[in-house]
Amino acid sequence: MLQLREIVKRYFIGEPNELEVLRKISLIINEGEFIAIVGQSGSGKSTLMNIIGALDRPTEGLYILDGTPIAEMTDNELSEIRNEKVGFVFQTFNLVAKINALSNVELPMFYKGIPKRERRERAKYLLSLVGMQDRMTHMPNELSGGQKQRVAIARALANEPSIILADEPTGNLDTETGNMVMDLFMKIHREEKRTIVLITHNDELAKKTQRIVTLRDGRIVGDESNIAAFERGSTV
Amino acid sequence: MIWENVTLAASSLKTNKTRALLTMLGIIIGIASVIAIVSIGNALESSVSTDLAALGTANITIAVQEREKENAIGRLRPPTGVIITGKTPTSSDLITETMISDFKARFADVIQGISISYSGGSATARDMELYANVSILGINKDYATANTITLLSGRIISQQDIDGFANVAVVSDKLVENMFPLGTDTVGKTIKIYKPNSIDIYTIIGVYEYAQDGPFASTASDRDMQTVMYIPVSTAKKDVLEKNFTSFTVVANADEDITQLTDSFQSYFDGVYAGNRDWKASASNLTLILDTVTSTLNTITLAVAVIAAISLIVGGIGVMNIMLVSVTERTREIGIRKALGAKTFHIQLQFLIEAVIVTVIGGIIGIMLGLALGVLASLILGVAASASIPMIFLSFIFSMAIGLFFGLYPASKAAKLDPIEALRYE
Ligand SMILES: Nc1ncnc2c1ncn2[C@@H]1O[C@H](COP(=O)(O)OP(=O)(O)OP(=O)(O)O)[C@@H](O)[C@H]1O
Ligand SMILES: [Mg+2]
Repeated sequence: MLQLREIVKRYFIGEPNELEVLRKISLIINEGEFIAIVGQSGSGKSTLMNIIGALDRPTEGLYILDGTPIAEMTDNELSEIRNEKVGFVFQTFNLVAKINALSNVELPMFYKGIPKRERRERAKYLLSLVGMQDRMTHMPNELSGGQKQRVAIARALANEPSIILADEPTGNLDTETGNMVMDLFMKIHREEKRTIVLITHNDELAKKTQRIVTLRDGRIVGDESNIAAFERGSTV
Repeated sequence: MIWENVTLAASSLKTNKTRALLTMLGIIIGIASVIAIVSIGNALESSVSTDLAALGTANITIAVQEREKENAIGRLRPPTGVIITGKTPTSSDLITETMISDFKARFADVIQGISISYSGGSATARDMELYANVSILGINKDYATANTITLLSGRIISQQDIDGFANVAVVSDKLVENMFPLGTDTVGKTIKIYKPNSIDIYTIIGVYEYAQDGPFASTASDRDMQTVMYIPVSTAKKDVLEKNFTSFTVVANADEDITQLTDSFQSYFDGVYAGNRDWKASASNLTLILDTVTSTLNTITLAVAVIAAISLIVGGIGVMNIMLVSVTERTREIGIRKALGAKTFHIQLQFLIEAVIVTVIGGIIGIMLGLALGVLASLILGVAASASIPMIFLSFIFSMAIGLFFGLYPASKAAKLDPIEALRYE
């Protein structure tokens, strides 16, 4: 479980152009939830994701991830939290260009210190889970956008994280490929029982999740359950 | 962990081979010059040592020398062996036959022989249109012990030759070539020696091999070269009034400590010359010269090492520069790695290892290049190549250290990057 209490994020603190990007955000995300965060560009979605993903610290407020308060941690402790509890999926895929798909999926396990053989085995399993078993030794530049994103999703799953954070994962993909990636998230949610936070501009995609949180100007202005539609969608 | 970083670093270097090679250049040049100079220095030193050993490092020369005095200007002393007054010793200042035999008796157990030589000047052997230039050297029986004379046929000067003031000579094979072109057995033949104011006839008793790179090597053509003609010292001195000697050479037994012997000979002759206010006999040996040569070579080696060290530092700065560029280029990669859980030390290690690989590969190429240059230089100089194993090892360690040292700053810079900023980097 993940708990945000009155999270504030400001930039340019003490300067004339001080900017409050997140304004007392309070949010609880339960284990196994598939949740969408929507909002206009600049509303603070990515900023919020960075805080949830322990990439950034809030200026004020309390954030507890799996019972661990994040505020006072050192950079290396944050690295460890990200490594073990968070799986990122980015709009721009962010695969390491010089290593192949398999090694990319192995990376989080490498930093966790998992032995080579075990790492390799799990990476192979994850790549076949996302339907990439035939492209394991391909380099990122030999893959299509949709294939890259599937590798990135496999990588996000590597250390069995408490939460998967996907910031506009379909933003760089055409509708069809985007839908395929979305289906993959739903499959992972269903079969791997992961908590997934999906940040998106796309209302169609948001409606496929269980819960829709709306941000505007750094505030949560909507938090609706979408369970009914979700159940309908997943039974189709 | 380390090994995976090594393969990773190697693969990231492979993507930019030209740049990696250019980066290594400073290290390659630095290490190569150190290795080359050290091996050339070693080769030269050992060749000089063997040359000097051929001249006889077991030899101790006793020579009459003017005593050093405080000169009129003050307490300045002239350098050893330099006679500044231009005085020449009188007969009573020189070494007599008796002094030599007394000395020989006193040190009989440590010396192998006493070599005496007297230069009889230049002369020409003639027979009709045939001629050969010689420099006459009167020698005693022990001369051959102190100096290397390779006999091809016949024998060397004997005591009877000396006692009998015999007109016998040991000549070089070069002289034989010039005087006896038909190549018949020359031992027993006679040659006419023309001096400015006399003509003497000598019987050849031996022929020695002329040493091209020996101490008496001549630079003239084979036809005109001057070679040494050995005759009995008594014969050489027959027409000279001065029967005493300015110097002689002692051949010590092989197992004697030359430096120590030189000292005891010196104090013996200090006693002999105690009553002489102007002259003394001083003992010296070739190991002193060897020491000088060695220390000169060491100085040269050191100077080159300093230059090489500067080139290594410049090379190291080059490595640092490229690593900084690499950190900037790979900002996004660093961001990704950090997002996936890389800690400070993971990133640091990755870049450090990359820097070390660059410098170590540079070092290895440099070592091989340096060894090749050393061999080449030895061939040109005509000395035996000799590589220094500790130096190779040291160079290897040193190139690794350069990578560590100059990689540290870029590596920590990479590790300190903020993950969000790094991820946003285009
Ligand atoms: N490092 C920063 N320094 C200053 N301002 C920042 C920084 N990061 C974000 N902001 C500002 O915070 C606000 C929210 O940005 P954020 O990226 O969270 O928006 P978003 O909701 O993700 O938008 P989009 O949908 O376009 O991705 C923006 O006005 C942005 O300019
Ligand atoms: Mg955003």
